[in-house]
Amino acid sequence: MKHVSTLTSATLKQTAAHGGCGECQTSCQSACKTSCTVANQKCEHAK
Amino acid sequence: MIHRYQKNGLNFVLDVNSGAVHVLDDISYAVSGLIDENMADTCPQQIVDELSQYPAEEVREAYDELLELKKAGQLFAEDDYIDVSKYIPVGAPVKALCLHVAHDCNLRCKYCFASTGDFGQGRKIMPPEIAQKAIDFVIARSGKRHNIEVDFFGGEPLMAWDTVVQTVDYARSLEEKFNKKFRFTITTNGLLLDEDKRAYINENMDNVVLSLDGRPSVNDEFRKTVSGTGSYDVIVPKFKALVDARDPQKDYYARGTFTSHNLDFADDVVHIADAGFDRLSVEPVTADPGCGYDLTEADLPKIEAEYDRLTEIMLERRKAGKPFSFFHFMVDLDQGPCVVKRLRGCGAGYEYVAVTPDGDIYPCHQFVGKDEFKQGSVLDQSFDMEIATKFAGMNIYTRPKCQKCWAKFYCSGGCSAANYNMNHDMNDSYDLGCEMERKRLECAIYLKAAEKICAD
Ligand code: SF4
Ligand code: SF4
Repeated sequence: MKHVSTLTSATLKQTAAHGGCGECQTSCQSACKTSCTVANQKCEHAK
Repeated sequence: MIHRYQKNGLNFVLDVNSGAVHVLDDISYAVSGLIDENMADTCPQQIVDELSQYPAEEVREAYDELLELKKAGQLFAEDDYIDVSKYIPVGAPVKALCLHVAHDCNLRCKYCFASTGDFGQGRKIMPPEIAQKAIDFVIARSGKRHNIEVDFFGGEPLMAWDTVVQTVDYARSLEEKFNKKFRFTITTNGLLLDEDKRAYINENMDNVVLSLDGRPSVNDEFRKTVSGTGSYDVIVPKFKALVDARDPQKDYYARGTFTSHNLDFADDVVHIADAGFDRLSVEPVTADPGCGYDLTEADLPKIEAEYDRLTEIMLERRKAGKPFSFFHFMVDLDQGPCVVKRLRGCGAGYEYVAVTPDGDIYPCHQFVGKDEFKQGSVLDQSFDMEIATKFAGMNIYTRPKCQKCWAKFYCSGGCSAANYNMNHDMNDSYDLGCEMERKRLECAIYLKAAEKICAD
């Protein structure tokens, strides 16, 4: 493409099929506790 | 749903439901502002006319590219592939514990949400027997889940060192029998870190969070010892020794808090990085409105500008070969968690619970001491499933503001406790928190793009 460059293509939909196993780290979105925020988490299966 | 924004000459279009992120040139960005999910098969003349500053041919070409993306499911994608009802984790296993091993602290930080350590419940250390009962509780409640997280929290957990060590030993002794893997984290203010504890933490804790606010004057304004002196000079060398000896494969974070007294917090971030901590975060304070250092809507323009400034600093540092990672700018665009995980950011009350020194169970550390949320006790292994179900049922589709928010699959619905504290309703998102979150995400995605452009 000439006008658009895609940084990340659509990936969320594919994850709906295999997702939800729950083995990943628990997250906390609060400012008070730096445990883990969702957007930077790894999927346990992607390792 | 899409979200468009510009930053430093780059034009972004995020496709919310598919997770696609596009960087556009000026023409296609202009076109993207004039289209919606009902795109016609050819570029409407109206768009060409409206963008008469660009050659008509180019406008049509840009339109066609956007249409191609739409057809590929990367623009204006629907969310009909998500069946939310299927993903409500009723009766889900508990897989993470926040163990409040010490409701006591040897610092007197002015902004402490735990009322300087005791959560308003009196100073106490958790006896090892209660911690062991908590481990029994999580093993019994974790079902088939293999990975279990335990976070030693407080107060100041180093004040309950025996309990920490005995809990780790106890949990490890059960791993094989129950086919579990425990991962430990400890959050400390550093005062009691001696050589032995340092070595133990580096050996046994998968993650360690080191509390440090930044520049000495900033740190010492809030993080005071019992006698009222600053803590900076005592803790920094101890933190440094810990990090220097730590296996680089293992996580750690230096974590600070900013308040309305240091809205120039990018300087604190840089200070912490220069002090030798390359994984860090400095986060907005959780404070009562009107306390004098809380953050308000009036501070927002300054905070947003500061996040922008921090972004530029980080790019420069990377170019100079001295990069550091800022926790709240980290986003994994490719291999992040599945969409099911993204429906709810936190597991409080159903897969994550906090346990007090007396063995009482609460949905998370932020709810400790709020009677109406007391969920059970590890002493009799009781656990209120009604509260668990209520927490498990909340997600970005049950929160009205989240439904409409472009950031929902990155933010995952924010913090129930913040919503409750600020708005008395766990489903009513705390607006200032949201605005900061959206700003951080824009910065984070910009950093990813800049990184990629530099690499190409
Ligand atoms: S930023 Fe706010 S509204 Fe948006 S998803 Fe997060 S909590 Fe919900
Ligand atoms: S309610 Fe808030 S503080 Fe508690 S675990 Fe969830 S995100 Fe974290």
